Amino acid sequence: MSDTRVMTKSTGYPVLDATLPRLARIAALDAEALEAEQVALLGRKQGILTQALRSLASQPLEERKRFGAAVNRLKDEFQRAIEARRRALEAAERRHKTAVDDPTMPARHRWVGAVHPVTKVIDDITEIFRALGFTRAVGPEAETEWYNFGALNFPPDHPAMDMQDTFYLDVGTTAEADPGSAVLLRTHTSPVQIRTMMAHPPPIRSIMPGMVYRQDTFDASHAPAFSQIEGLAVDEGISFVDLKATLLHFAHEFFSPTTRVRFRPSFFPFTEPSAEMDIGCLLCGGTGCAACKGSGWMEILGCGMVHPVVLENCDIDAERFTGYAFGMGPHRIAMLRYGIPDIRLLFGGDMRILAQFGPEA
Amino acid sequence: MLVSRAWLEESLRRALPLDEMSDRFAMLGAPVEAVEPLFGGLGDVVVGQVNEIRAHPNADRLSLCVVDDGGAAPHQVVCGASNVEAGKKYPFVRVGSVLPGDLTIEKRKIRGETSHGMLCSARELGLGEDHEGIMELRTQHPPGTPLLDVLPLADDRIEIEVNPNRPDLLGHKGVARELAAAFAVPFRLPAIPGSKGPPGLTFRREGSEATIDGVRVAIEDPQGCARFLAVVLRGVTVGPSPEWLQHRITAIGMRPVNNIVDATNYVMAELGQPMHPYDLAKLNGPAVVARRAHPGERVVTLDGKERHLSAEMTVIADQGGAIGIAGVMGGGASEVSAETSDVFLECAWFDPVRIRRTRKALGMSSEASYRFERGVDLHASPDAVRRCLELMATTAGGDVTEAPIDLWPSPSHPPRIFLRHARVTQVLGVELPWRDIEQYLVAIGATVVSKPDDGRLAVDVPGWRPDLKSEIDLIEEVARLHGYDTFPGDLRPFRLGTVPDAPEEIAATHVRNGLTALGLYEVVSLPMGSGEDPDAVPVTNPLSQESAFLRRRLLPGLIGHVEANWAAGVRDIRLFEIGTVFAMGEAGSPPAEARHVAGVVSGGRHPAHWSAGAGQPLWGVWDLKGLFERAVALALPSATVQVDGTTWIARIEGDRVVGHAERLFADAPPWAAPVLGFELLLDPSPRAVPRFKALPATPASTRDLALVIPHGVSVERVREVIAGAGGALLESASILSEYRGADLPDGTRSVAFHLTLRSSTRTLRDAEVDKTVDTIRQTLKRELGIELRGGGADHE
Repeated sequence: MSDTRVMTKSTGYPVLDATLPRLARIAALDAEALEAEQVALLGRKQGILTQALRSLASQPLEERKRFGAAVNRLKDEFQRAIEARRRALEAAERRHKTAVDDPTMPARHRWVGAVHPVTKVIDDITEIFRALGFTRAVGPEAETEWYNFGALNFPPDHPAMDMQDTFYLDVGTTAEADPGSAVLLRTHTSPVQIRTMMAHPPPIRSIMPGMVYRQDTFDASHAPAFSQIEGLAVDEGISFVDLKATLLHFAHEFFSPTTRVRFRPSFFPFTEPSAEMDIGCLLCGGTGCAACKGSGWMEILGCGMVHPVVLENCDIDAERFTGYAFGMGPHRIAMLRYGIPDIRLLFGGDMRILAQFGPEA
Repeated sequence: MLVSRAWLEESLRRALPLDEMSDRFAMLGAPVEAVEPLFGGLGDVVVGQVNEIRAHPNADRLSLCVVDDGGAAPHQVVCGASNVEAGKKYPFVRVGSVLPGDLTIEKRKIRGETSHGMLCSARELGLGEDHEGIMELRTQHPPGTPLLDVLPLADDRIEIEVNPNRPDLLGHKGVARELAAAFAVPFRLPAIPGSKGPPGLTFRREGSEATIDGVRVAIEDPQGCARFLAVVLRGVTVGPSPEWLQHRITAIGMRPVNNIVDATNYVMAELGQPMHPYDLAKLNGPAVVARRAHPGERVVTLDGKERHLSAEMTVIADQGGAIGIAGVMGGGASEVSAETSDVFLECAWFDPVRIRRTRKALGMSSEASYRFERGVDLHASPDAVRRCLELMATTAGGDVTEAPIDLWPSPSHPPRIFLRHARVTQVLGVELPWRDIEQYLVAIGATVVSKPDDGRLAVDVPGWRPDLKSEIDLIEEVARLHGYDTFPGDLRPFRLGTVPDAPEEIAATHVRNGLTALGLYEVVSLPMGSGEDPDAVPVTNPLSQESAFLRRRLLPGLIGHVEANWAAGVRDIRLFEIGTVFAMGEAGSPPAEARHVAGVVSGGRHPAHWSAGAGQPLWGVWDLKGLFERAVALALPSATVQVDGTTWIARIEGDRVVGHAERLFADAPPWAAPVLGFELLLDPSPRAVPRFKALPATPASTRDLALVIPHGVSVERVREVIAGAGGALLESASILSEYRGADLPDGTRSVAFHLTLRSSTRTLRDAEVDKTVDTIRQTLKRELGIELRGGGADHE
């Protein structure tokens, strides 16, 4: 833009005013013309304004001062205008040099990676419970029968065992094989609860993520191994209300603050009272669909108050201390959350699928 | 467990809309799994009245019926049955209607006469086997009334999921009891149509042996059989059950057999007590004994299969040997048939563990074993016998000539449990009034014995609830009937725990984040494989030979993923996994477990881009070395990466190798790029916190040296010598390039080093720098025979 401040303002000297139109034109000059104009106006020898100053010598002092000031003001104006035009031309030159011919050509990227969708689910669950004071605890995946069943109040030869078809491991035998010493792949992360309670005194507030194993055929909805995350809180004064409140908070944080939640009775040998937590079906929102078998509800986790026998098995005074425990399956939750129809896809390594859950998505 | 809605409605004397019932069942802990409407296909069938019958002009066996279906005009229907009479009512299907089996009724010409619809037999409607004649309807309902309004057929077969601790819900009575408690209404057993009332029987209590009607009955295995009731019913007429009973049996998914067998199945479905009828004439002795099987004993069960028994099993035997497997399945030899006139009825209690082991050993299961395994009510057997005799007397006739016997060598009572009010509050977190607690316990059939003067209730639990054994079991019942949803859900203050956050998880997250930043995607693989490693752990009961061992390493699984990607035409592959691996430990002990980290890359090092032209650089061995160094720094910072032949390994103190990186071999298509992979141990110990280092305040001097390095001298060795000779002033020596060419002496290569020299306290003078570089040159020459390329100093 040309500088219009001086345009209308006469200097009072016709010889100077004659240059004003040239000031206005500076903003339109190209680089070559600009250099020429600078020399023509401000050149040390031939410059019009330089010469104007020189012509002062014969004037009276007062007049010299007035005219000199007017010339200098005008010189400043020209210098500013020329400098501004020069910067504008340089910027245009730079832009021209770096411009691409066709900005619609595809960008250049770098490879990115991502954690597995199930890991993402575990991380999100973990974050919610860590904010509620839970630490993480882990334990072995191959366990003895005692840690996996006996300590958890599973009666031997009870139909409750049918709920968890077990892989046993062929690790050879010792001279005297105690009952409960058979080695198996844990069917739940609950043995970590036992180990945690045996190693640490109450209060206990931990979650236990890890792989668990069931002797299930590998199909769209079953896998012989999958992840589980359990939680355990043991202290004086912990009650069913705390269990409900904690899991309600979790459901609202993990799914949505408006998610409908219900608790209904269930059976686990290691908790009593036992419950299942359902949430309003993520697909139909509660009106009933194939995914929720028309009930409008989806089973998300099992939970309950730690059975007194389990506490006693871990040398915790069950009269003084109470606790709650819960467990859920991040593989299943990932399927629900991301709409993955087949659990086998979560055990595959297809780059095209993994990329759907990464930054490339 | 399959239940009939109509059966439950009759017990509760109220309608049970499916929605309401589903919610109730869910909140009682026995959610509805599936609902199957029964006879839903008969919605189009109506009552039709035959007003007139005329002979078919062209066929002797056919007749023309004029049928009133309540519409404006009657229809002419061609009918082949002989039992149709004018003025009577029959099931009628109009033209355009659909019968079960998607059979659409159309207007048809039969021998020149048009038939507008169809009169149906019971078989055509799926209501029975009778297809001899059209099914007569004795009803006051006018023509046109839907058939389902006339016959009490409308029902739903409801599958409820019963937890293994609730055998009481394996009978309609128990289910009705739960619903009654939830609705706070009374319930009763449905009346038996045509019954003269329950028989007024007194049972003869005996020890472990007695005779009834000449039959010797004995418990010789009191551990396997705690109680055995028996009765003989003489002069029965075996035949099909009445329709209502057949419908009940069909509604719960069983097959009607005859009035004797159906009666025992009905009682089992109602009371949860399996019973077994024998043809008295076929019993040897006659005797019926519950004893352990003899080793090697065999019996042919009702399903026609020969079963090999062991001494760990209880059998029912007569004088001639085993005639059934106790509580699992009866034998064919003593089966009730159409010729049977005298029935010996068994109602026993078998030990759940014995039944479970027996049926598992035999690889079989039955409605009876399912219930015995979960625990039948030991105290309700006489009621079951009474109910069964009432049914049989009504449907098959016959007389009980001698009082039933009740062998119960060691009679017992259900336990008494004390419930403390304070404990209820402690566990549930809410103080419930005593009155409510008592009411809940009474509703499930418990007897609340004393008043809570001492803050306790003495609760005698009912025999049908073997799961109620201790105080906590009662507290669950209180919570359940109070309704889980009625408890508040407000977060309350808590104390932090004593358990530290698991370092394994902290380390895994650290590694995961580092590897994803390098562009790798995480995978989760099944941790089983085929076990190439000698110390792999075998699974005793694997799903397949391909998954018969626990994985020893992660890389084989990752190679599998690479091959799967190739099979899908994907070339650019970048994967990692963090997972547990297993190795044989001490005999009889759990295997040794470790967490490993592994990664594979193959294909383009960067995403393809048009600006690079056709050539996309591929991942190469130097990328692998880089990935490995990063992975080691992330997963096992205490390890050092070393050269091992042409690959790299990671070692920790004590020279233990904890990781390696190598080019992998896979089943590759011709277009596939090389596969590079690494695997190493994940160290859970806490990572060191970085310490800030002040940036240098003095300028650096740099010199480049092109060295001619003889064959067999490694760059690592050269750098050691440079570092030693450079002393304190040498800050770093990096490598700019490597050159091999014919202009170099044979067997040598030229490597250009970029040296950075600096003093932390002052600016170095050129003379000092030159002196240090000269020392380095001389030392290289002396120790390694290394010359400068071109012989001169190329310093700037």
